[in-house]
Amino acid sequence: MEKAKKWPEKWQEVNPGCMVFRPGSTREYHTGTWRSQRPVYDTGKCIKCGVCYIFCPEGCITQDADGYFMADLDYCKGCGICAHECWPGAITMVEEG
Amino acid sequence: MSKRIGMEIALAAAEAVALCKPDVVAAYPITPNTHIPEHLSDIVAEGRIDTDFICVESEHSALSACCGASGAGARAFTATSSQGLLYMAEIVPVVPSMRLPIVMAIGNRAVSGPINIWNDHSDIMSQRDSGWISLFAADGQETIDMMIQAFKIAEHRDVMLPVNVNLDGFQLTHVVEPMMLPDQKEVDRFLPAYKPYAALHPDNIVSMGALGMPDIFNEAAMAKDQALINSKKVILEVWKEWEEQFGRKYEPIGAYRMKGAEVALLTLGSMGDTAEVAVDELRDKGVKAGLLKMKLWRPFPVEELIKAVKGLTSLAVIDRSAPFGGACGPVCAEVKAVLYDQKERPAITNHIIGLGGRDIVVGDFVKIVEQAISAQKKKPKEAYEIYGVRGS
Ligand code: SF4
Ligand code: SF4
Repeated sequence: MEKAKKWPEKWQEVNPGCMVFRPGSTREYHTGTWRSQRPVYDTGKCIKCGVCYIFCPEGCITQDADGYFMADLDYCKGCGICAHECWPGAITMVEEG
Repeated sequence: MSKRIGMEIALAAAEAVALCKPDVVAAYPITPNTHIPEHLSDIVAEGRIDTDFICVESEHSALSACCGASGAGARAFTATSSQGLLYMAEIVPVVPSMRLPIVMAIGNRAVSGPINIWNDHSDIMSQRDSGWISLFAADGQETIDMMIQAFKIAEHRDVMLPVNVNLDGFQLTHVVEPMMLPDQKEVDRFLPAYKPYAALHPDNIVSMGALGMPDIFNEAAMAKDQALINSKKVILEVWKEWEEQFGRKYEPIGAYRMKGAEVALLTLGSMGDTAEVAVDELRDKGVKAGLLKMKLWRPFPVEELIKAVKGLTSLAVIDRSAPFGGACGPVCAEVKAVLYDQKERPAITNHIIGLGGRDIVVGDFVKIVEQAISAQKKKPKEAYEIYGVRGS
C-alpha cells in the first residue's frame, strides 16, 4: 500500500476546511523531533511508582513487562517534568546530540 | 405566493430566516440586532419551525455553538452587533477556515467607546478579512432577500463558507417598511435542504479544526483565500436564480443614475437610499451625478468596480467607520488599491460619515459631491475627512 502523505504537497490538495478523514493519523507525526533533551531512566533507582507516568503531559510514558516506566521517544518532547517529579531521582535529562 | 407585509425589518429578517428552517439558532441579545433572535425564539416557541434555539451565555458561545452544530451537519444561524461581534472574534475566522456555512445577521453598530448603541460599520470592518462572505442590505426588502440567499450561497458545495448579512442598526433593524415576504413553497423551491460535505458522526469519522503547522499553513491559507475569491461565481449565479424566481435584481455594485455620470458617490448599506435623493437633486441642478451602491463587500468585487467607475472624473467614497491613524477608511482603501493600476481613474475623495448614529441627510451627500468636484482642481490636504465634525 502506498504510504499516505504526511501533508498535502499542493494547496489544491488541502481538504476543504483541512478536514481529516483518516482516524488516528496524528500518530504519524512524531513530536519527538521537537526535543532538545531526552529523559534517561535508571532502572537501578526506579521503584516503579508511576509518578512520571501520571505527570507526563504528552502521555507518552508506558509501563514495560517488568513493571518499569519508559518514555516513547517518538513523542517525548523533552520537557523534563518526569525528571523533576521523579522523587527517587531515577530520571536524568541529557542533551540530544 | 409572496405576501405584502408592513413590519419592523428585524422581525422580517427573523421571518425570512424561519422560512429557511434552520436546525439550530444560537444567539445572545445585544442592541440593535436583538429583535432578530428574539422573534426567532417566538417562532420556535410557537412551533412554526422545528429548531433548537440555544440560549447561550455570550456571543463567544453563540458562534461556538453554531460551529459545533454546523460541524454536526445542521443548518445554523446566529445574529449579533458591535461588541458582540468583537466578543465572537476568536471564533469568527475559524468558521470559514473550517468551511462551515453558518449564516449570521449583523445589526451594524458602532464599536465602543464612548459606549454607543447606534449605527456605523466599525463592527464588521474589524472582521472584514476573517474569510466570511459579507453582504450589505440597503433596505428591508434586501434584508429579507439576502437572508434567504445567504443560506443558498453558504451551503453551495463550491462555496462552503459562512455569510454575514449586514443591516444598519436602527436605520434598518428598527424601521417598519413595506416588504414582500416569500411563502414557504417559494423558499423551498429556491433553497434545497442542506447536504453537508461532512458531518461529525461516529459512523463516518472526521476530525475538524485540527492543528496546522508551518508546513501546511500557507497552503491552507491559499485554499481559504481561493474559496472566497471563487465564491463570487456562485453568488452571481444565486442572485440570477433569485431574479428569475422573484424578479428582484442583485448585483455586487448597484448603479443609480450612472448613465453619463461624471461624479459618483459610493456607499454601503442603508445610506444609499438617502444618497439616491441627493443624486436626483444634483441631476435637477445639472450636475452629472450618479451613485454606486455596494452590496457585496467580501469577496471584494474587483472587476465590477473597475467597470463601474469608467468615465467618472470624481468618486466620493463614503466610509461609515473611522480608520484611526490609517491611510484612509476601509472601503476607500480597497477602492484605491483596485484603481491604482488603472490608466484612467477618477480623482478619489474619502468621507467618513454617520459615526455612532450621527444623522446623515440628503444635503450632506450634496455637499460631499460638491467637495469631490472641487477636489479635482485643488487636492484636499488630508486623504480622508471625518465629515460634519464640530470645530473643524
Ligand atoms: S520529558 Fe516530558 S514529554 Fe518526555 S517523557 Fe518526560 S514528561 Fe513526558
Ligand atoms: S517516577 Fe521515577 S521512580 Fe517512579 S516510576 Fe517513574 S522513573 Fe520510576
